[in-house]
Amino acid sequence: MSGVQSTGALRALLKRDLLLAYRRRSEMAQPVIFLLVVVSLFPLGVGPSPQLLGTIAPGVIWIAALLATVLSLDSLFRSDFEDGSIEQFLLSGHPLTLIALIKTAAHWLTAGLPLVLLSPLLAVWMNLPAEGARVLVLTLAIGTPVLSLIGAIGGALTVSLKRGGQLLSLLVFPLYVPLLIIATNAVSAATAGLPFAGQLGLMLAGLVGALTLAPFAASAALKLSLE
Amino acid sequence: MPHAPFIIAAYGVAAVMLTWCAIGPLLAGRKLARQLRSKYQEADHAPNS
Amino acid sequence: MNRVWLFFHKMGSPPWFYRFSGKLLPWLWGLFFVLAAWGLYLGLVKAPPDYLQGESARIMYIHVPAAWMSMLIYVLVAAMGLIGLVWHVRIAEIMAICSAPIGAFFTAIALATGSLWGRPTWGTYWVWDARLTSELVLLFLYLGVIALYNSFDEPRKAARAASLLALVGVVNLPIIHYSVTWWNTLHQGTSISASGSSIHPSMLWPLLIMAVATKFFYAANLLVRTRHRLLLQDHRKQWVRNVIMKEGS
Repeated sequence: MSGVQSTGALRALLKRDLLLAYRRRSEMAQPVIFLLVVVSLFPLGVGPSPQLLGTIAPGVIWIAALLATVLSLDSLFRSDFEDGSIEQFLLSGHPLTLIALIKTAAHWLTAGLPLVLLSPLLAVWMNLPAEGARVLVLTLAIGTPVLSLIGAIGGALTVSLKRGGQLLSLLVFPLYVPLLIIATNAVSAATAGLPFAGQLGLMLAGLVGALTLAPFAASAALKLSLE
Repeated sequence: MPHAPFIIAAYGVAAVMLTWCAIGPLLAGRKLARQLRSKYQEADHAPNS
Repeated sequence: MNRVWLFFHKMGSPPWFYRFSGKLLPWLWGLFFVLAAWGLYLGLVKAPPDYLQGESARIMYIHVPAAWMSMLIYVLVAAMGLIGLVWHVRIAEIMAICSAPIGAFFTAIALATGSLWGRPTWGTYWVWDARLTSELVLLFLYLGVIALYNSFDEPRKAARAASLLALVGVVNLPIIHYSVTWWNTLHQGTSISASGSSIHPSMLWPLLIMAVATKFFYAANLLVRTRHRLLLQDHRKQWVRNVIMKEGS
């Protein structure tokens, strides 16, 4: 199979996944609504003191983003696995690694990008100052693709399990921890007027690493699950 | 604050955990041997193969 | 060189492995107990209390080796898992998955002893610094690998999936290692490095002896667990029957 043929197939796959997501847009919206609800629970739980909210804002928003992403991860490969599409992908001769990457990209566009776009609103709710809010959007823009990429590995590993969803979140949270630490550190630093470029640099490095390595792991996990 | 209770507690916890870690497979192995032995003896006494 | 290859090939055969490990085990346990006794004597009796921390620094002789083992074992799980994934060596898969609970135990010991060390020394049972937090994350990684393994029905598929997860998780370990330099933490800075250490010999020796002792514990426990799992997985085979009937008489 030449590379040119793969490009067409991959583009078609992306369009298909986005179309399927659009057809189930109420289901796609659930993690986003979850994000809004969870963040709005925090002022109710800890009190509306603007100072307190501003201090915990980076962590709260990022954790809510993690939870919302994990909710949507199980469906990344599951329906394609159950109706035999993954097997067809494997047999098609197109590289499964790229297929996994495309599906992950579709997942990010439907589940991660909305989080990035909503984050200014969340920053306002949590009384995060403008400098912090700006960096928050940046960290989410860089970080949510990483969440999708790493999450795809977990999704691929658990796709053949009946109750894979619960286990998936447990598997994937420890892998998210370094990202969470660095991202929230960047936002807090920006709010305090301290330098944050190093943290962003680390996150970008993580994104590049995840982009190049995660699809391999995800496709290996998919092959494993098919056995 | 006296340090001794903490030292004793730390080494005690470690000892308990290591013992648990070591004993677990030993006990399971013994149980498995017992089960397999009876299964093999059954198979020998009622040979179908 | 041929002898070495022959040895590794033989080890890939379950009955050979079972026989060889059985001969090795008493020595491993013996060495563990001797070294542990010596190390504990040096650490608890002969070593002086720390200049700054006092007696509580004696917890170091179990805490630090346990933390070292927790990280080493995770790397070994990933390495043996990789061998199993790439070369389809069953023994490697089994040893990888059997190592995971041992690593989890060591991580738990490191967390518990670290917490008990922190209270008299720095006034607090727990602090969310990068080092302690990473050790907790490592525990969750171990539990994830074990949980994933237990979720599959077929043991070889389960071992391969768990190995893949361990490989993905091993990327987290360098972050643990460098976190001490990345952030200011409450945790003691790295005082043992390749270029020499800043610990007095009377405290260094018990530490190193305990470190070696824990390795023998790991080796012995790993062999026990691997032997058990081999018997379990191969219980329909003749070699298991021979072993069981022989051990019974």
